[in-house]
Amino acid sequence: MTDLPDTVKPAISSGLKLQWEAAQDAHVLLYPEGMVKLNGSAGAIMSRCDGARTLADIVADLERSYGVTGLAADVRAFVALALEKRWLELRE
Amino acid sequence: MSAATPGGATLPTAPAVGPPLWLLLELTYRCPLHCVFCYNPTDFARTGAELPTADWLRVLREARALGAVQLGLSGGEPLVREDLEVIVAEAHALGFYINLITSGVGLTRARIAALKAAGLDHIQLSFQDSTREMNDFLSSTRTFELKAQVAALIREFGYPMVLNVVLHRLNIDHVAEILEMAEALGAQYVELANTQYYGWAWLNREQLLPSRAQLERAEAATQRFRERVAGRMQIYFVVPDYFETRPKPCMNGLGSVFLAIAPDGTAMPCHAARMLPGLDLPNVRDAPVRTIWYESAAFNRFRGEAWMKEPCRSCPERSKDFGGCRCQAYLLTGDPDNTDPVCELSPQHALVTAAVARAESAARPAGGAREHVLIFRDHRTSIPVVTGDGSGHR
Repeated sequence: MTDLPDTVKPAISSGLKLQWEAAQDAHVLLYPEGMVKLNGSAGAIMSRCDGARTLADIVADLERSYGVTGLAADVRAFVALALEKRWLELRE
Repeated sequence: MSAATPGGATLPTAPAVGPPLWLLLELTYRCPLHCVFCYNPTDFARTGAELPTADWLRVLREARALGAVQLGLSGGEPLVREDLEVIVAEAHALGFYINLITSGVGLTRARIAALKAAGLDHIQLSFQDSTREMNDFLSSTRTFELKAQVAALIREFGYPMVLNVVLHRLNIDHVAEILEMAEALGAQYVELANTQYYGWAWLNREQLLPSRAQLERAEAATQRFRERVAGRMQIYFVVPDYFETRPKPCMNGLGSVFLAIAPDGTAMPCHAARMLPGLDLPNVRDAPVRTIWYESAAFNRFRGEAWMKEPCRSCPERSKDFGGCRCQAYLLTGDPDNTDPVCELSPQHALVTAAVARAESAARPAGGAREHVLIFRDHRTSIPVVTGDGSGHR
């Protein structure tokens, strides 16, 4: 899955919900009868997966927001993992 | 964590209590079905009046302010409540993730459209069996065709199609057909949940507990199906804990993350906890959720490890399984502080193995399945809870 093209548009999977929870000081991913508390970088990536932005857009936005470069490989690996876990799905 | 005492020794202190992240509202005990495996209290007909809408909305606001985020709407059949859309809309505005747990009875096109508009996130539809006859028999009503229609509506309105099927001796041999039915309905997730023996299921345990051979056949059939539909459907198979040698970490420990509110406003650290003796359960009519969660004796009763008896008290696994299920310990041994007898380290583990042994003999073709009468959940049959090893009554 790490050969994901830059043009895919990941989105939070249907039926799941991502939101910031002040009480947990974290982004959480909600699904029936459970939730995943995301760490900072996972939250930053997932919150940009809106089904409109491409993987390349997301990487560029993260690099701009955090003032760093070279995030592409890490972001791609996380998105692949999240797809495998069905946290994310790809939109056309 | 520890605290220094005046003498210099350290004593363990209770870990900080986190928020009730998961809120379950049992909006009503009314239900068009009469399932023999229902976990609702067997004396449900004697409980008080249902909370009015305003109280449910207040509970939502108070729990959300504490950090609750996962919301289950259940019952009984929650669709019986005419204010369900109002409750969903408030929960959505507050930022809850909202899961409706329903039999599907009453889920018309107009209602699902209204619930979607109100912000309902998820629907979990329950099935009893794949054949209408068995389904209608087990729920003593004719609802199967309706469920197929409801499944179509759920997909049409863009919800993931999630089926929950409660397994027991009378339907577990139909697992392959159940999964084929789920596939035909477009299910993406199927939970094959073996009955847990509380409430009505406890009364009917002698007829519902499957044999080990049945269980193994069902798991094998599930695995074959999984391989065939790899990637298209996710299937969870929940083994009945009577067949385990270690107990489940029930509710992650009572009072740790889970808060259930019964139709009459009774607040419970587990949806079966109403049966526990000496637990003076608070009511949301009398106290705010914050006080109930953090300060009430009932919610603090099983926090930490001080309540534990041996063998749990000195067991290295106590922080992993919290001694198992308090309700099961009470139902089987008569004392909710005992080790859950599912654990093979429990001195009363024989109570569980004996029940399994009786299931083995009853499941044989010439066995005694007819010796016990199934008790359908009904106002007419609603009775106080019976404890013990379950072999004597009926």
